[in-house]
Amino acid sequence: MTTVLSASDLTKRFGSFTAVDGISFNVGKGECFGFLGPNGAGKTTTMRMITNHLPVTEGSLSVLGMQVMANARKVKARIGVVPQENNLDTDLKVLDNLLIYSRYHGIPMKEARKRALQLLEFFQLADHVKSPITQLSGGMQRRLLIARALINEPELLILDEPTTGLDPQARHVIWQKLRQLQSQGVTLILTTHYMDEAQQLCDRLVIMDHGRILIEGSPRDLITKHAGNEVVEIRLRDDEDRESCLDAIGGMIPEGTEVECSADTLYLYSPDATKVLTGLALDSNRTILHRRATLEDVFLRLTGRDLRE
Amino acid sequence: MSEPASTGRPMLIRKGERLLGNLSLRAFTVWYRDIKVWTKFYKASILGNLGEPLLYLLAMGWGLGRMVGTVNGIPYIEFLAPGLICSAAMYAATFECTFGSFTRMTRQSTFDAILATPVSLEDIVAGEILWGGTKGFLSGTAMLLVMSLFGLVNSFWAVLALGLAFLIGLLFASLSMIVTARAPSYDFFSYYFTLVIAPMFLFSGIFFPVTNLPGWAQTFSWFLPLTHGVDISRALFTGNVDWSIFADLLWLTVFSVLFFTVAVREIRKRIIL
Ligand SMILES: Nc1ncnc2c1ncn2[C@@H]1O[C@H](COP(=O)(O)OP(=O)(O)OP(=O)(O)O)[C@@H](O)[C@H]1O
Ligand SMILES: [Mg+2]
Repeated sequence: MTTVLSASDLTKRFGSFTAVDGISFNVGKGECFGFLGPNGAGKTTTMRMITNHLPVTEGSLSVLGMQVMANARKVKARIGVVPQENNLDTDLKVLDNLLIYSRYHGIPMKEARKRALQLLEFFQLADHVKSPITQLSGGMQRRLLIARALINEPELLILDEPTTGLDPQARHVIWQKLRQLQSQGVTLILTTHYMDEAQQLCDRLVIMDHGRILIEGSPRDLITKHAGNEVVEIRLRDDEDRESCLDAIGGMIPEGTEVECSADTLYLYSPDATKVLTGLALDSNRTILHRRATLEDVFLRLTGRDLRE
Repeated sequence: MSEPASTGRPMLIRKGERLLGNLSLRAFTVWYRDIKVWTKFYKASILGNLGEPLLYLLAMGWGLGRMVGTVNGIPYIEFLAPGLICSAAMYAATFECTFGSFTRMTRQSTFDAILATPVSLEDIVAGEILWGGTKGFLSGTAMLLVMSLFGLVNSFWAVLALGLAFLIGLLFASLSMIVTARAPSYDFFSYYFTLVIAPMFLFSGIFFPVTNLPGWAQTFSWFLPLTHGVDISRALFTGNVDWSIFADLLWLTVFSVLFFTVAVREIRKRIIL
């Protein structure tokens, strides 16, 4: 597989603050590669180095075989960028947003119009060609933002939280479009706070925190490795309850099970939870949830349950 | 990386290349974007830029003109009008590249969106400044039309005032971009208008000959870009064109280039971290 992007010891400092702290990763052609991490983990900073918005402080970052910044124009001509913050041109109508953007890319007008109309069709915006941006719903604005990023037929598409704030319908439409793009050979790099999104789309992903990469792998492998197969959640009434609960299940925990306590819940990550459940079933008025392990479990176990500022 | 010392070019040029090496014709795509947006509300815009100089022309030219009579042998209103073309250009470019550019740089994130394309930061700054110059040109044109309706255009040379309006526009657009790069918020611009633009308007020889001022103030006036614009404009309108306007032209050109380079550097500092 050809490498589309390769970062090694990539570091970004703002003054004395290190936002991205020596991360290394490679993305192959046609892959969908995800970045997960709590607020402030450094995802956007990483994306903005890839898109040539921010200079790299240390380390190397090559995109499509070229070092960023030194080859900014050439790199930018071949990638598409969907930023975290919507920056559609509110002074222009929908179609003009795409046409003016084509000019920045130096696409001939006739070709630009053709592509713009195709993209509006593809993203189900054909009825809004002449609408002002402010009249579009959040979902439509996001779709337009992605359409705009595709106007130069990029080989690599960078998406910083492509579906944040959208309703389920809009998210599913975007996922479907992204899978379609991937099947056409476009490489995708995305950040997200939605575990289901990462699980749906990403072939491989990393979880970042405090500027570092904690783990890397396919969603399936990461779940098996870091959260087991099944999870039992036991809702606790109070601190005292925690103790009695732990006592009750003490003898029944199968080998390989890991126990975690949060404020009001006991989590049991286990290869086989039936044993635990039969034991607990005696106490019937307890809220117990038995489910498959998800990426969210991996995420929370690795990054902790504390709020980020 | 060390640069080969053997390039043999003067340091200033090498510095300039490092600063502006990323400048390209793509600047015109940014300029085009601004024009495209402007055509939607050009009427309000022209009226806004024209309104103030026009009021001055009427109030001062007619009202004050009756008392003053003539200045340097010409009726006051004819003395006044060529300067007002310059101030119209100054105001148009300044508004555009302060409030306008600041909005595009911050609230609308337009620069950020453009930076994701092969357009460079230098192109963006140049595009904005070209647009500021164009606004100056458009205001100058409107002003010239009004003046000809008043019968104030008597010299063929006056057509060149449009080129001058463009140059003045470029200069003040560049200066404004520096201010924009440093502005924490919109409030900052009111200082700029009060402390820089207003004195410029009053002491650059639009309303009275600079030679009326005490010596030190004349020196001060020489440092005001608008003074040189007004000098040229007055020469063009009266038809008394001589070589001295080339000195003024040179002054305006040199400072435009200087301000532009500083603007690029300051905007870079502001948005590329
Ligand atoms: N321009 C800047 N100057 C100083 N610090 C910055 C700057 N940009 C980002 N940071 C800091 O760098 C850290 C990483 O920010 P970044 O935006 O990359 O996080 P993120 O992972 O995208 O978070 P989120 O999920 O909230 O979008 C944060 O602590 C942020 O405050
Ligand atoms: Mg972010």
